[in-house]
Amino acid sequence: MKNFMSTGIVKGILYQIVGSFIGAGLLGGIRALMGLSWKTEPAIVLGGLVGAIAFMVGVGAFKDWWKMAVGDDVTEASEVAGEQGFRRYFGFSLDHKVIGIQYGILSMVLLVLGGSLALIFRVELAQSGLQLLNFVQFNTLVGLHGMVLIASILMGIAAMSNYVVPLLIGAEDMAFPRLNAFSFWIAVPASIILMSSLFFGGFETGWTAYPPLSVRGPMGIQMFFLGVFFVGWSSILGALNLIVTILTMRTKGMGLFKMPIFAWSVLATSIISLTATQLIGLSFQLVMFERLLEMSFFTPSGGGNPILFQHLFWFYSHPAVYIFVLPGLGIISELLPVFVRKPLFGYKWVAMSSMGIALTGFLVWGHHMFTAGIEEYLRVPFMYSTLLVAVPTGVKFFSWVATIWQGKARFPVPMLFVLGGIIVFLLGGLTGPPGGTVSTDLHLHDTYYIVGHFHNTMFGGFIFPIFAAIYYWYPKITGRRMSETLGKVHFYLMTPSFFLMTFGQMRIGLLGMRRRIADYDPAMGFDFTQLLITIGGYLIAISILVFFYNLIVSAKKGEPATGNVWNSRSPEWDILPSPAPAHNYAGIHFNVVGEPYDYGLKGSKYVELAQNVGQRKENDE
Amino acid sequence: MSSINNTIESYQQKLAISRLGLWLFFASDAFMFGGLLVTRFYLLGNKNLNLDQTLGLLVTSILLISSFFMNRAEVMVSEGNHKGFITSLVITILLGISFLVGVVGLEWGSAHFGPGDGAEGAVFYMMTGMHAFHVLTGIIFLSLVLRNGLNKKYTPEKHYAVEASANYWHFVDVVWIIYYPVLYLMGTI
Repeated sequence: MKNFMSTGIVKGILYQIVGSFIGAGLLGGIRALMGLSWKTEPAIVLGGLVGAIAFMVGVGAFKDWWKMAVGDDVTEASEVAGEQGFRRYFGFSLDHKVIGIQYGILSMVLLVLGGSLALIFRVELAQSGLQLLNFVQFNTLVGLHGMVLIASILMGIAAMSNYVVPLLIGAEDMAFPRLNAFSFWIAVPASIILMSSLFFGGFETGWTAYPPLSVRGPMGIQMFFLGVFFVGWSSILGALNLIVTILTMRTKGMGLFKMPIFAWSVLATSIISLTATQLIGLSFQLVMFERLLEMSFFTPSGGGNPILFQHLFWFYSHPAVYIFVLPGLGIISELLPVFVRKPLFGYKWVAMSSMGIALTGFLVWGHHMFTAGIEEYLRVPFMYSTLLVAVPTGVKFFSWVATIWQGKARFPVPMLFVLGGIIVFLLGGLTGPPGGTVSTDLHLHDTYYIVGHFHNTMFGGFIFPIFAAIYYWYPKITGRRMSETLGKVHFYLMTPSFFLMTFGQMRIGLLGMRRRIADYDPAMGFDFTQLLITIGGYLIAISILVFFYNLIVSAKKGEPATGNVWNSRSPEWDILPSPAPAHNYAGIHFNVVGEPYDYGLKGSKYVELAQNVGQRKENDE
Repeated sequence: MSSINNTIESYQQKLAISRLGLWLFFASDAFMFGGLLVTRFYLLGNKNLNLDQTLGLLVTSILLISSFFMNRAEVMVSEGNHKGFITSLVITILLGISFLVGVVGLEWGSAHFGPGDGAEGAVFYMMTGMHAFHVLTGIIFLSLVLRNGLNKKYTPEKHYAVEASANYWHFVDVVWIIYYPVLYLMGTI
């Protein structure tokens, strides 16, 4: 029991609960001293804030920083002996591989939560009329489904980047291990706060939180803002860490254009999350302050302007889509050559296309606002910049097709998910331009067509690739393979169910089904398609249960796989055993002697263990 | 011999990594300040806020002068001038506190609008408040540096904490150099 209570996460949550009450009580106390009455909304906001900080204290995130601040010496991160065994995943660890797994666990927990929210409101939508939920409940579920899954995706890409990037570039750890741990742990209280919005009356705005509705609605929106705010911290600091790691910690001889392609996509992603995330934080903070202090940023009667919110919000939230998909597309480019045994076609172009998507992504936010009442002269420029994104994305598709062309393809489970990702993301890419073109968007805006398109991009750009990545790197983590049979069941159940869902959504969207509404007119004739969408959603859920079963059981009973299971050229497979040792390449010296993806070229190698390292050292001395 | 060289080399490398991290943080923070700038122009356009010009000029000068002393402090610690380092640091902190008193104490008290009085109040209090919050954190960092400086924790070779808080201080100063004309000088009443 004592052991249990001293686990990082348990201690953190206890501290958070106490901290929340202290924060709320503090505000109540101050107001009471000033002779003011109790007000719940500012109290829960301050409570949430103090609670999150208390969580970080409880988990031990500030211990070393405090020592540094008062000038004491701290142990080198690489020399901190962390806990061993399963327990280490639930406490404060500085090892990037442990943190990667922690991110992964959190991502999967949020995936289940966010997915379950959708399963609830899909039941409501399966039939016209109101059966299960009232309007506020429905709106809260829809909004939380969006934001919880966004958090899940951010954690998922952080999991992949944290675990894989240092291994790919031959680094011992991330550049700032303590910051890395902080970035992960702040996301835990953030998720708790985000979910707690359910218990403070929910909110009515959907995940976009547009004012003026968000200024007026129930106060659950404050917990939503606060949760997103802290997830933003996690995202910004994690991105900062990844950029520094990729730029400064590569092994000797690995130039920028010799790194594995996934590192490029993470670099591009991190540039967006480092900078643009500030703007969603700011926009939510402004609404928060408008509610708390009556500062009228967005209320026209006070001189504010609700359109301003949309500008600030979409300046992050559109590039955010590229944050979500770029790592996934990087995974596709990374795994495809391994399974078709051919060089990645146009490596430099693929690397630059990630940067291109990231930079173009900053110029397109206005296409979310064609119908919002923005200045008319802004519409066409935003339309062009939006369609411009298709160019670097197209580069990636041509590269994949050319890579597959005449390859010797093998089809183990990770490859199936890679191919599924390509096809689904292609669908997402093709359904995008009608939404980005002004004339068609005026018809499609706020319909289920957009919902379908968006789910295509997220499944193709994130869900399929992250499953590919999990099946692919699972042996590196556990030393065992996941079951191929169950993996195939997962894939062949999820893919058609997803198409059922997304085509259904797009069909009724084109016919005029509005998004974010709890009910629809039976005369529209959507009932049957809505039922099919719901069935599709539940089938996806079942397939993911199969995946979880596989994930857990294989850790103990999977087929042992300690070597280079996929015959990959990248250093983590070629040089390291599985599971990866504690300090990655500590004590191992390897040289980069070739191109990363020259599969099938006789005698070519990417990395090579340095034989004469010991000798050279002697000569130096 | 080689082990000492290795330590210096690894310290230099760590320094390079920390510096890059710090500058990336500034880049990130600049987007937040930029967002507030956009907010100001979007809501108020070419409108002048009609604020106390004397006070504005005063606090701006105070902050600029504090940045000068911050720079002196950093130069002096790298030259090994302990006494000069402490003196300059104390002056910087005092000037920083006077800036806060000027903006939060005097300006907020005397402004002709409150935070709830329309877009002007909202924008003014948000921009100055966010900037003041950064000055406050800067003062906290500098106070920690002062404490460690008094305990002689910094050497001419190793004083990254001083350098980092100095850079932070200058960054916050640069933000004010942009915010000052935008809030106090430009536009028509």
